[in-house]
Amino acid sequence: MTASALALHSVLAVESDPGGGFSPPTIAEFYPEPLAEFSLFGIAFAITRITIISWIATAAILALLVLAVRKPSIVPGKLQFLGESGYSLVRDGIARDIVGPKGLPFAPFLASLFFFILANNAMSIIPFAQISPNAKFAWPLVLAVAVWVLYNWVGIREQGAKRYFKDAAVPPGVPIGALVLVTPIELLQVFVIRPFTLAVRLFANMFAGHMLLVVFSLGTVYLLTVGNFSVIFTPFAFLMALVMTFFEVLVIVLQAYVFTVLTATYLNGAVEPAH
Amino acid sequence: MSILAAESANPLLPPWGEIIVGAITFAILVLVVVKFVAPRFEQVFQARREAIEGGIERAQAMQAEAEASLAQYRAQLAEAQAEAAKIRDDARAEGQQIIEQLRAQAQAESARIVARGEEQLTASRQQVVTELRGQIGTLAVELAGRVVGESLADDARRSGTVDRFLDDLDTMSATTGTATTTGPADGRGGSTAYVPQDAR
Repeated sequence: MTASALALHSVLAVESDPGGGFSPPTIAEFYPEPLAEFSLFGIAFAITRITIISWIATAAILALLVLAVRKPSIVPGKLQFLGESGYSLVRDGIARDIVGPKGLPFAPFLASLFFFILANNAMSIIPFAQISPNAKFAWPLVLAVAVWVLYNWVGIREQGAKRYFKDAAVPPGVPIGALVLVTPIELLQVFVIRPFTLAVRLFANMFAGHMLLVVFSLGTVYLLTVGNFSVIFTPFAFLMALVMTFFEVLVIVLQAYVFTVLTATYLNGAVEPAH
Repeated sequence: MSILAAESANPLLPPWGEIIVGAITFAILVLVVVKFVAPRFEQVFQARREAIEGGIERAQAMQAEAEASLAQYRAQLAEAQAEAAKIRDDARAEGQQIIEQLRAQAQAESARIVARGEEQLTASRQQVVTELRGQIGTLAVELAGRVVGESLADDARRSGTVDRFLDDLDTMSATTGTATTTGPADGRGGSTAYVPQDAR
């Protein structure tokens, strides 16, 4: 519990609160009771509501995409237009413009990433779900590892293993003396930091976003039900919950976009030899 | 996982089970998008590009065709005009030729008529002259014979005399003819009178 939360707790405790004060949300938010548990090859699987939410989000976006291309026509219908707009954004705006001329073959993967993250992120504000699977580190980690494998594989395939690793360790144009510093940093950057930051950026955004929403939502309910003069602060808490929800919409789209753009940037570095 | 266990869990260390479930979910989406959705989108984009390019091509082809027809019509029009002008010129030339021909024919005809008239005239005058000469001779001789009372039985001599007389008359008339007659223009009127042959 943070210092400010403690302070809030002590302030609220001063009031004659029969409930014993405001209890802020904890990390337990992200560990709901499993709906089903089983073990396979010694690996414990727990199907929680977050797992179900992830399946629903993925199934929904898949259904939308498949319906959009079910009867493709030159003059698109509404759904096809929507799907095309989303796919074109990734295909033209990211795959072609950021990865480069060799980027179009990566458009399907980049689009998958974008739509998967977008749909799963969106669950953080969808009523009754209201938590994003991407707030669980496992999902961003899977995505980041997939990206890591892809760009390293593409780099080796396009440039040859020797050239790829040499360029990663010894960037061209760096003075010999600086290599003592540059080489470890570069190697760490390409092979560890990139996937780690990709995963953590998305995870932390969704995690923090969820926590913020829960704090203000629970705060609103608490202030409304606390039964003393604190009730006059209810609108502020409620307003903050609303504002944070809209902010969350921005984060949802932005993080999906940022993840995809960064993936495209890494792929660009892999397909085009360093200069 | 119990709430108590959750309190102590590290959010950055997810259990393997979760990772595998997430990976499978993502893999299914990637598979469907790569195998089905993206190719369909590419197909549509391709079809649309072709439709637009095809439309432009069709429009260009139609424009070229229209231009070709226009040029053809213009050429045909010019040809027709040239032909019309040629026909007009030909007709004019032909008309001219016909006029010339008719004029020549008319001239020839008139010349022929005039010539025949002259011929007839000459013939009849000759006939008249001969007739008159014979009659005049006979009359003169008869008159002279009566006057003289002497029959000039010898025809040969008589005719010689008459001819000589008439020849003398001719020569006399030739020298004085212009003075005695009204002129060559009035020669026709003198068909009953004696007129020198070459005066006309």
